[in-house]
Amino acid sequence: MTPAPPPQGTFALSTRGLSKAFGSLLVAREIAINLPVGARYALIGPNGAGKTTLINLMTGMLAPNAGQIFLGGEDVTALGPQERVRRGLARTFQINTLFAGLNALEAVTLAVTERKGLAGQFWRSVGCYSEAIDEAYEILCKLKLGGSCYQVTRELPYGRQRLLEIALALATRPRVLLLDEPAAGVPQEESGEVFEAVAGLSDDLTLLFIEHDMHVVFRFASHIIVLVSGAIFTEGSPAQISADPGVREVYLGKRKHG
Amino acid sequence: MTMATRSVVTSPQTYLQAQSRWHPLEIAFWLATLLPFVLFPDYLSLASQIAITALFALSLDIILGYAGIVSLGHAAFFGIGAYTAGLISKFGWGEPLTGLIIAAGLAGLVGFAISFIISRFRHFTLIMITLGLGLLAFEAANRAHWLTGGSDGLQGVSIWPVLGIFKFDLYGYTAYAYSLAALFVVFLAARQLINSPLGLALRGIRENWLRMPAIGADSRAHIRKAFTIAAALAGLAGALLAQTTENVSLESISFQRSADVLVMLVLGGAGRLYGGLVGAVIFMVARDQFSGIAPQYWYFWIGVLLVTVVMVLPNGIIGGLSHLYARWRRK
Repeated sequence: MTPAPPPQGTFALSTRGLSKAFGSLLVAREIAINLPVGARYALIGPNGAGKTTLINLMTGMLAPNAGQIFLGGEDVTALGPQERVRRGLARTFQINTLFAGLNALEAVTLAVTERKGLAGQFWRSVGCYSEAIDEAYEILCKLKLGGSCYQVTRELPYGRQRLLEIALALATRPRVLLLDEPAAGVPQEESGEVFEAVAGLSDDLTLLFIEHDMHVVFRFASHIIVLVSGAIFTEGSPAQISADPGVREVYLGKRKHG
Repeated sequence: MTMATRSVVTSPQTYLQAQSRWHPLEIAFWLATLLPFVLFPDYLSLASQIAITALFALSLDIILGYAGIVSLGHAAFFGIGAYTAGLISKFGWGEPLTGLIIAAGLAGLVGFAISFIISRFRHFTLIMITLGLGLLAFEAANRAHWLTGGSDGLQGVSIWPVLGIFKFDLYGYTAYAYSLAALFVVFLAARQLINSPLGLALRGIRENWLRMPAIGADSRAHIRKAFTIAAALAGLAGALLAQTTENVSLESISFQRSADVLVMLVLGGAGRLYGGLVGAVIFMVARDQFSGIAPQYWYFWIGVLLVTVVMVLPNGIIGGLSHLYARWRRK
């Protein structure tokens, strides 16, 4: 079921034997994942399966007890979160973690100046960095936030805040983007809008997203990984997963709880 | 709905540039700082103390108001600057401008060293660390009697005329002009910093410290930079006090001074540049007036003022005023 470890460098992101325990509770058991460049992977599983933990391990917000993480073939296991971001691994959060008092333009401009290494400058006004500002505005327009970019984040409608999460991640120019329930908390009729935005992202961007709504998963994912109790239960194409009786039992049958 | 219409008209770059533009009220504020020369010539030494305290509050605003770093030991840098400027002149070099630069440089150097500790902690831990470091600095100055004069204060400070022309006079004309000029120059630099990419990053740290690594930011490097600058500016304020009063007391490095500057900043409104300035004016004038009425109890009134402002105006006096102004503009 799990393919043998292929040579390094062929995958945008891969993990080997990734394990993590909180006390005696194993939240990640020898997880091996390979994300090909440009893939659209969904990570599904019942609540408490360790999906967010896995993203935290991949991005360096948690340190694993064992195992390795490779980004484009480079071992990044020992690097901190910001070093991984600079190497092209970005994420969004399940619960909005935005800059409440900044407006969308300021927040994304901040992320762009950080990427360009300009954020330490203190002799020129932000307004002078036209390239960074234009880039930030372009990202905002791509996510249809151009019209509300001067509004303070805390006053933005929730759905727009979810899009701003993605905009901040895109401003780091990621090669791999991990989306933790990008439409969480958004009314179902609007969640399509968030995923349309996700689907519209560039083809060479590698995506892994956590999502509970199976309609969305089957529509947008090219490949699905099912996580149960911190271990990979199975993985395959949407057709394979929906036909798998085991998955139905552990996950699909319970999805009302999600 | 002005927001929506403006967003259509303004380009993102002009919008961000407009944020660093001078407001007419700002120009009025700085013109008003010249009034003491004509209206209150008897109070010029108070005015120069206000300007110096305002500069000190401004230095704290950079780290507290913008990066959200609470310090209870900021007087350590003020004191280092004051003693440095005092000692340089005592040992034969009374030129004021170079004295200022050396004092600010030394305070900045100490601030840089300490910033490596500061940038690792947040919240309560940070308050305790800065409090502890402030107390350490105070006792060090107290113990080093041979150098600082301890509780007797540093005597024998004598400052040469500013630019070789303007002697420090008894009425305080030179003292106020000199302090005000220093405050204005520092204010211009601080304003530039606040509107710069570093200023934006500091606001990002204040708004969401945990999100910063996820956009690839090295928050610690930003905090180290801001803290070093704030320490140097606090040292500059201390040096100004030493030079204009030609004496350095132990009070200049005391916990009381750290607490007072925090009170001023909260009164005026942190994170708004002018908050510290307005807070310093209110605090110093209140001290001057109230201590005339009841010298021993004047803190009572500061306490009343502080509690009232914090309860009624969570963003300080400037925060409250700008809220009113925004409302009035919308009508």
